[in-house]
Order: sequence, then structure tokens, then C-alpha cells
Amino acid sequence: MITFGDYVRPKSIEEAYEIFKLKKNATLIGGGCYIRMGNRRIGLAIDLCDAGLNYINEDEDIIEIGAMTTLRQLETSEILYENFGPIIADSVKHIIGVQLRNIATIGATVFSKYGFSDPITALLALDADVVFHNSGRISLEEYLKEEGKRRDILEKIILHKKFDKGAFQSMRNSQVDYAILNAAVSKKDGKYRIAVGARPRTATLAYKAMDYINDTEINEETAMRAGEIASEELVFGSNTRGSAEYRKELCKVLVKRAIMEVEA
Amino acid sequence: MIIKTNINGVNKTFDIEPHEYLLNVLRKNGYLSVKRGCDTGACGVCTVLVDGEPTLSCSFLAARADGKNILTIEGLQEQAKEVGSYLIAEGVDQCGYCSPGLILTVIAMKTQLKNPTEESIRHYLSGNLCRCTGYVGQLRAIKKYMGVE
Amino acid sequence: MKNNHSVGKFIPKVDGEQLVTGKPVYTDDIAPKEALVIKILRSPYAFARIKSINKDKAEKVPGVECILTHEDLPKILFTRAGQSYPEPSTYDKYVLDEYVRYIGDEVAIVAAESEEIALKAMKLIKVEYEVYEPVLDMEQAENHPSKIHFRDRCHSNINIGFDPEKNIAAIYNFGIGDVEEALNKCDVVVKETYYTQAQAHAMMETYRAFSYIDQYGKLVIVSSTQIPFHVRRMIARAFDLPINKVRIIKPRIGGGFGGKQTAQVEFFTAAVTLKTGKPSKIVYTRKETFESTTSRQAMRIDVTIGADKEGKIKAIDMKALEDTGAYGEHAYTVLGAVGYKTLPLYNKAEAARFSGKAVYTNHTPGGALRGYGVTQGTFALESAVNELAHKLNMDPTELRAKNMIRKGETSPIFNLTTVGAGKEPIIMNSCELEYCIKRGKELIDWDNKYPRQYISPSKVRGVGMAIAMQGSGIPGVDTATATIKLEDNGCFTLLLGATDLGTGSDTILRQIAAEALGVDNDTISVYSSDTDLTPFDVGAYASGTTYFSGNAVKKAALKMKELIEEEGARFLKLDKEDVVFDGKEIISKSGDKKISLAELSNKLIYKNPTNQLTSTASFGTSDVAPPFVSGFAEVEVDIETGKIELINYVTVADVGTVINPNLARIQAEGGVVQGIGMALFEEVRVDGRGRLITNNFMEYKIPSRLDINNIIVDFAESYEPTGPFGAKSIGEVVTNTPCPAIADAIYNAVGIRVRNLPITPEKVKMLLKNKSKC
Repeated sequence: MITFGDYVRPKSIEEAYEIFKLKKNATLIGGGCYIRMGNRRIGLAIDLCDAGLNYINEDEDIIEIGAMTTLRQLETSEILYENFGPIIADSVKHIIGVQLRNIATIGATVFSKYGFSDPITALLALDADVVFHNSGRISLEEYLKEEGKRRDILEKIILHKKFDKGAFQSMRNSQVDYAILNAAVSKKDGKYRIAVGARPRTATLAYKAMDYINDTEINEETAMRAGEIASEELVFGSNTRGSAEYRKELCKVLVKRAIMEVEA
Repeated sequence: MIIKTNINGVNKTFDIEPHEYLLNVLRKNGYLSVKRGCDTGACGVCTVLVDGEPTLSCSFLAARADGKNILTIEGLQEQAKEVGSYLIAEGVDQCGYCSPGLILTVIAMKTQLKNPTEESIRHYLSGNLCRCTGYVGQLRAIKKYMGVE
Repeated sequence: MKNNHSVGKFIPKVDGEQLVTGKPVYTDDIAPKEALVIKILRSPYAFARIKSINKDKAEKVPGVECILTHEDLPKILFTRAGQSYPEPSTYDKYVLDEYVRYIGDEVAIVAAESEEIALKAMKLIKVEYEVYEPVLDMEQAENHPSKIHFRDRCHSNINIGFDPEKNIAAIYNFGIGDVEEALNKCDVVVKETYYTQAQAHAMMETYRAFSYIDQYGKLVIVSSTQIPFHVRRMIARAFDLPINKVRIIKPRIGGGFGGKQTAQVEFFTAAVTLKTGKPSKIVYTRKETFESTTSRQAMRIDVTIGADKEGKIKAIDMKALEDTGAYGEHAYTVLGAVGYKTLPLYNKAEAARFSGKAVYTNHTPGGALRGYGVTQGTFALESAVNELAHKLNMDPTELRAKNMIRKGETSPIFNLTTVGAGKEPIIMNSCELEYCIKRGKELIDWDNKYPRQYISPSKVRGVGMAIAMQGSGIPGVDTATATIKLEDNGCFTLLLGATDLGTGSDTILRQIAAEALGVDNDTISVYSSDTDLTPFDVGAYASGTTYFSGNAVKKAALKMKELIEEEGARFLKLDKEDVVFDGKEIISKSGDKKISLAELSNKLIYKNPTNQLTSTASFGTSDVAPPFVSGFAEVEVDIETGKIELINYVTVADVGTVINPNLARIQAEGGVVQGIGMALFEEVRVDGRGRLITNNFMEYKIPSRLDINNIIVDFAESYEPTGPFGAKSIGEVVTNTPCPAIADAIYNAVGIRVRNLPITPEKVKMLLKNKSKC
């Protein structure tokens, strides 16, 4: 059972950050779903639900998604669909159920770099940036490569517009289970980005596969080859959902299918 | 800490622990239709409507209910009877434990799905587990309620 | 049957409206607010002895009411298995023991004013363990140096083969003919090994109970249980109380599926309430429900089956190894069912043999789970029969038709394995397997789809099938009683010991009473499962409620009808033979005199003295009336990922008369989906130390709404003369076909055979990959 010593609900991110900076025993509460399952005692819980971080704003070149935007809001967002097609909705729609997606937030998911995350893979394929309140903006690609987690508040996610198309593929046994593996592919100005996640580790780009596919004609054969290259360059592990060997096989298939979906 | 919330149309004030989740607070205060089914937010049995949105009360901090409108089956008896009548007619009111959570989700779904199809209904309800009925009977009932062929 | 006004009709469940409007009718809803909250300290070791346990610090936490350890409770042996006394399960359990036998086994009972306080106190209990090497592999149990139970601390009512020095909980053997000789005459033989997993019930309402001492000083336990009368007996024994100082009440419960046929939490509330005199309650978490109750026994089943080249099955040999886990509840009876509720399907084989062994391990204990051994046995036997069909180059449905049991036939196995059976052949009065297969083939379009259809370069579809039987209660053992009272205004009260776990038994038993009495359902109110107020019934298990409790209800209702006619005749100053009760009135056969039931009942009640008509009847039998079922699966295999999509599932059941068609259909659909879960989704994982990894719904995936596509259910026209209005049972048989039918559908689609459950995409993909390399 989780317990809080103290609990605050700041009205702005600035206020939140001031408190967070000062108190060593402070923990940020995003969705609150995962944290509930532990047995910790949290000295000071800083709930971000009133800090004005729940928004999806469209600008001329970018879209800004506040960290406290729920997965359900991402799923049903017209703005995201119009700009990117179904890739983001596809990446969240399998997650447990609408009731959980109405609570879980994209900021908490991205900040925590969950390996099992589906939306992180989609955002990585879309070349998202993340903005920390204090330490500033960094590409998601770089953030995922960083060791550990920053002692900072993730404020928003920035997506660049004008993608040609995106696709998200995943393999799970029960349709509401975690993915055994996922893959997301995007195309912008004719250039492909290929991201693979739930390896079981966090999503990463398949650079060699991207080099290959960006230098050749796209058809089923080359898409398959790109999948094979990705499966060779990436590292897979075994866990309760599947073995490394199986994930490697899945990588070939999911990358191929995502590329073909984008091409279609 | 004190929270002020509106439950089933009635303003309520509760004194809660900040780490308490809404499910606990609701049951402690007599809203017994809201049930606990699991430990990991996976079953949907504890669903309530928070500002009209189906939400897992087991994973929603009670502190966040401050200023919100919460609906449980106790406050939607007429609608529950209506949706329930379709479930009863199919015989899928089996053990009944998943029913309140399911019915609340169906009530929310009716307002949110503009052109419901079998597929979109199944997807909307995917977070409501049931071990008794095998789902297909519930789908028959709910399709009738939603007016889907 | 066409003239029935109640049986065979859809009557909505008697509790439906209360359930859908969320009324507080479950155990935790009606528990007293001030009840002490109980939490259990559990063993972190799979096998250990408690060297010392110190609760001094924990007891001092403000708000802690009592903490009980094995040093505080009577060391009286019992079994928690919900079975008729004398139970065929070894008494190998104390309420709390100095030995702990699986990770999650009970160590201490903590009762406090709130959950938070109880958990806080739990952390302060100091336990020193002597840790032993656990037995974690059923195939290594017999020769393992660790012995889980001790002969001098156990008691068997009957000889079930309990042999603790070998970690053997039970042995079950039977046979007919000479298997080796018959196999020698076979042209084709299949010899394979099958594994099934320890499936979890995953009922939506976990285990919970509360107790209090009532105004008579009686211990009352309100529990989410399937077996109130057996629980009463167990509590009386474990705490050395007279039976009439214990009362068990079952309110509405949120599912059981057999899990609540083993007593669990009642011991803890009893212990605390008896110690403190105060109400106490316990609500298991989902984790405790997975880890610390029971699950379906994992099994390894070896099948050898032989036939001549025409496809006549001559010999079947089944060897079963059952993992009964830390305690032996249900070990023997599940084991036997693996063989004696599967082998009779092929009654024309000249030789059949079953040899079974149940072993103790340091896993979560095995218990009753819908199907009760027959599910595991059916997976093995029907898979072997399907493999035999392919080896013979024969359509699997044809192989069944050539060999399966039919109406009017018998199997000597029934005589060997039914309590109270003599030497007389036990004839199947009803068996519609022929129709079940024919109709199932039509509904799935077998002739056009068998064996496979290529859908796309990466997707292939295949169809597969299986048949199954079960029992309708336990002949010679089960028993049920019903009481009917005539109140005023022509109303009846039906008192049932029978236990409704959500299935609707209150509803269908009322239908049977209404049919027998000739009255409207609305005139009868039902009350069930209270050991003080309702008559004895073994409880809800073994698919016995419709058949046994239904027959008791019918008898009681017919008796009541007689009484009504007697009393009506008396008022009309006629002989009993000259009147008839038509459901509303008692009328003279000549038609000139009558009295309404309502008026008669009022006269009887308000007479001086009152003559309240009451009838009680019990039912028991050694008749064998199994339900039969066919199952057909159509799968689509994604050969690139190994994912199995179950496109269609058809099941056609012979359940005798269908008492309530809508409820029966839901039972079939629900049972099929539990079978599908076992076949495709429900993985059980235990780590190297014996800890159950799949102990929540995040890890253990029961089928979700999106995993279930089209399920088609049909019922055969069938009538079982020994059943109430021709009914048999439905509860369990419907769970038995999905595993073998799906396994063969996958084989027919892509030529790979999975013999260990569940059949996951990874297993399929890796087999396909290896196959393509050959």
C-alpha cells in the first residue's frame, strides 16, 4: 500500500518546480496508475493534475502535447489524426481499456522510459522532442539514450508537422496485454524513420535498417530486408512475455509490415 | 485532507488520506456498487464516471476528485435499469460482479460513440473483464441497447 | 416438453434487477462496518519450518486486536476440500501449521481496526525459518529428498494411495481388458505426452468472509462460498465446536468456478471472532487469490491409443501425473476423473487402462476448477484421437462416429468407478453425440473448410474438433434437499441448500418447482444457502445442481401438490381422488366445486391451530447421466508471427432438457471462453524459487472482449428420464472441448502440433520456423 507524508497540488508548473527543486523527498505524480502498485512511502507527493499541463495545441509547424495529457485524449485527438493519421491512436488503443487510458498520462510514460511502452515507439518514429521545465528541450531520441532519469519536470512533447505518413505495428497475445514487440515507421520528405520497442527495453531507432531503406526502392522484398537488418542490429532480451529469439523474428515481420503500411 | 466533490448530483465533503484512492473512499462512504476486482487496474470492475469519463476508481487518487462530478450506479438507477434490462434479457446478469462497472461504461459509451459498430463497441468495453459470460451474450445485449444491427 | 409452462422457458434471473442496479448484496457490502480487518502474513519460502515467531512488537501497535500463530490455534487435522463426508481427501491441514509449504502459505493471522494498521503490524512480526529445498517439478517429486507431508500428522478417511514418503497424495488405477495384447493387434498406434497448465479461476470477486457471534452465542460466518454445509462441518471440526454452534450463510457471490469449493478464508474470521468475540472480516487481494488459494492441477498425461486400419479403436492407455501442490484437497477425485470421464467416450475399445498418480509439490495447492480433471484428460485423449485420425488419413469426425458411445450403450468403466454401482450395465439413457457432431459440422461448415484454407501468403485457416463428456453430479455421493412452504395468499417459499454462484440456480430450481406444482414462477420466492434455514445440500460443484437439487425440488413440489389436493379435497368435503389442483384452484373432477389456492392457503394459515403445508424431499442416486458435447474450432494462423486468431467456435451440447435456454446458452458461451483461455492465453509462470510470477491480471491474461470472436451454441433435443423434466447438467462439460479442438485446428492449418498448454504465438512461430528448416 502506498502512503504519502504530504501532498500538494500546485497550480502551475513553475510552482511545481519550485517545490520539487527544494524537497529531496518529493515525487511527482503523473497518472498515478503505476505508483499505486508499490509499497513505498512518498515523503511529499506533488500532483501535477492542476498545473495546466493538459493540452494538445496546434501551431503552424509544431504540435505541443502537455505532459498531463491522457492516453485517451491522444487516442481521440482530431489534431493528431489530421496531422499524422492513426499512428498515435494505434499506439495507445491496446492499452488495457478506456478507463485506464483516461488516467495514464503521456508525460509520465515518456519520462519513465517504460520499455513496454507503445506510444514511446510511435513518438520516436515521429521524431518527437521533449521539453523539461528547467533543463530545456531535447529530442526524444537523445533522451531515451540518456542514463537514468532527470530530476526535472517533463513539461511537454513537441511534434513536428508535415509527415507524409506513419504506421504502428505490434504483436501481443491477448489484445489488451503488453506488446511482445512493437514497431513504428514514419515517412517525411521521402525519408523513413524506423523505431522498435518493447524489446523488452525501451524503443530505439534501427539506424542501419533506416540507411538501407532510405537508399532503395520500397517493395515487399526490400521492406522484408529492412526488417531483417533491424533484427540483426538491435538487441533483444527475454522476459515473461517472450524470448529474445522470438522478438528477433517478430522484429523482421513488424518492421516489414509497418513499412508496407506506410507505403500503401 | 478535505475534498469537496459532487457524487451523483449531491455535494459531498470527505476527509481523506492524500494517498487514498477513490474506490476506497466511495466504498467507505456507502457507494457499495463500486467494487474492487484486482490489484493492477486491469479488470474495470471499479469503473466510475468522473466528469462523464469512465475511470478506474482504484487508480484515481481521491484527492483528484476535488471539484469533480462523480457518477456511480447509485446515481443512475433508471439508466442502469434500462441498460440492465437488455443484459437480463440475454441472461448475462450472471454473478453480477462486473455489471455496475460495465453498465457505467456502456452509459458513457452511448454518449461518446456517434456511429457505433460492433467493433467499436467491443473496443470501448475492452477494459471491462468478465469471467462468467464469455462476452458474446453481453455484446448481443449491448448492440440492441445501442441500436446496432 | 412442448406443454411446459416454466421448464424450457426463458425466465429472467430472480436476482437480475438487484445485480444490475448495483445493490449491496455481496459479502463485503453487508459486512459490519466495525468488523476487525484481517490480514495474513505469508511465507516467503516454498518449503520451510517456522523455528520461532515473535509477535510482541506487532501486538503493541495501537489498533491491533489480536495476532494468531500456529502456537495459538488447535492442531486439529482436516481437509478444506468441499466434498461429502467422509472426504476422499487426506486431512493434511491445520488452520496454521509450523510448516509452510508454498510461497504464500499462511504464517500468522493479524486482526486490527483497519487494513493500514494490520499491514503495519504485519511488518513487525519476526519469523525465523528453517528453509528446505522445495519440490518444484512434479516430475521430480517422487524421488525428491524433501518430503512435504508427514504420515503421523495426516489422516486419510479412505485409502486413496496417500504415500507421503514418496510425496504421493493419491493413486487412481482402473482398467478393462488387456491393453498390451490389444495394442499388438493394432495397425496404427499413437503414443504422445501432453501437458496442461495450472489454470486460475480468475473469478471477478476474490475470496472474502466475515464472522460474528449472534444473539445465541453462535458463530456465524457469511462467506463467498460454493459449499456452505461442508464449510460448517470443517469449521466445527477445526475449532472443536458442535455443528449447531456454527452457521454459514452465502449471500450473492461474484463467481467461483470451483475455487470456492475449497474453504479458504472462513478459518481466519472464525479464529479471530472466536478469540475476540468481535465481528471480523477478510477480503483477499487478487494476488492472494492467485497465489494462496487453489488452481487447476497441472498435469502430464501420456496417451497410447491404437486402432486397426479401418479406424476401430482397440486400446487406450492413459497415464496421468497430477501436480496437486502443497495440500491434497481434491487430489484423488480430480485424478480419477481424468480417466473415468474421458475413456467411456470410446466404449467399444476392447481394452482401456488409466493409471494416475497425484504428487505433492511446493506449488500453490490444486483444487476444483470447472471440468475437474476432465478438462485436462480431454485435452490429452482428444488430441491423441485427432492424431490417430491423421495417421489413419481419416476425417476426425468420422473416427469419432466409428467409435464413440451412443444412446442405449454402456461402458464397463462406469461400473468400476461409480459409487454404489453393481454389476448391471449402466446404460446411457440419453446421448446425442451423433447429433452434436453432425450439427457442429454444419454450423462451422466443416465439409468446406476441413482441413485448411489459404487466406493470404501469411494467413492460413484450419478447423479442428473434439468431443467430451462430464457428469451430472457425483452418483452415489451427492445429495440435495429442498423444502417448500405454502404461505398465505397462495404464495410459496422454496428453501434450497443449493448454492447459486451467479449461474442462476435459484432461478432454474424455482422453474422446476413451478413446473411441478403447476403454478406461475412469481408465486414462489426462493431463499438459499443458509445452513440454519435451508435444508442440506452438498453445494455447487460437479455439475450437480440441476440434476440433484433439481430432482429434490421436483420431488418436494410434487409432494406439496399432493398436500394441496388433500387439503383442498377436505375443504370441499370430497375424496382426494376426486379433485385436481390446476395451479390456481383445487377443482372437483365433476367441475361443480372448487376453492382457489389463495383462499385455501389463507384458511390453512389462519386456522386454529395453523396447518402450514410444508414438504421436504431429498434426492440421491447411483444413476449415471452424463452430458455430452462437441466442439469445433476455426482458427486463422499468422505464419509470420505465430498469432492464432480464433475466428469461429461452435459447440453443440446434449444437456438433456434445457431448463432455461438463455441461461444455458450463457453457461455454454462462458465455459467455452474459459476453455479458450486455457488453450491460448492463460500462461502460468513460476520462478526458480517457486514464486508465482503470474499473480495478477497484468501478467495472467484471461481472454478479453477483443480476444473472443464468434461463438455459436446449439443444444441437442434430448431427454434424460432420470433427470428433473429430462435435464442433465451443463456447467462443466462446455469447458472441455476448446483445448483439443483448437490444437487440432492449428495442426490442420499449418501442420504443427503443440502438446503443452497454452498454445502461444511464440510456440507456434518457433515450431513453424523449425519445420521450415527441415
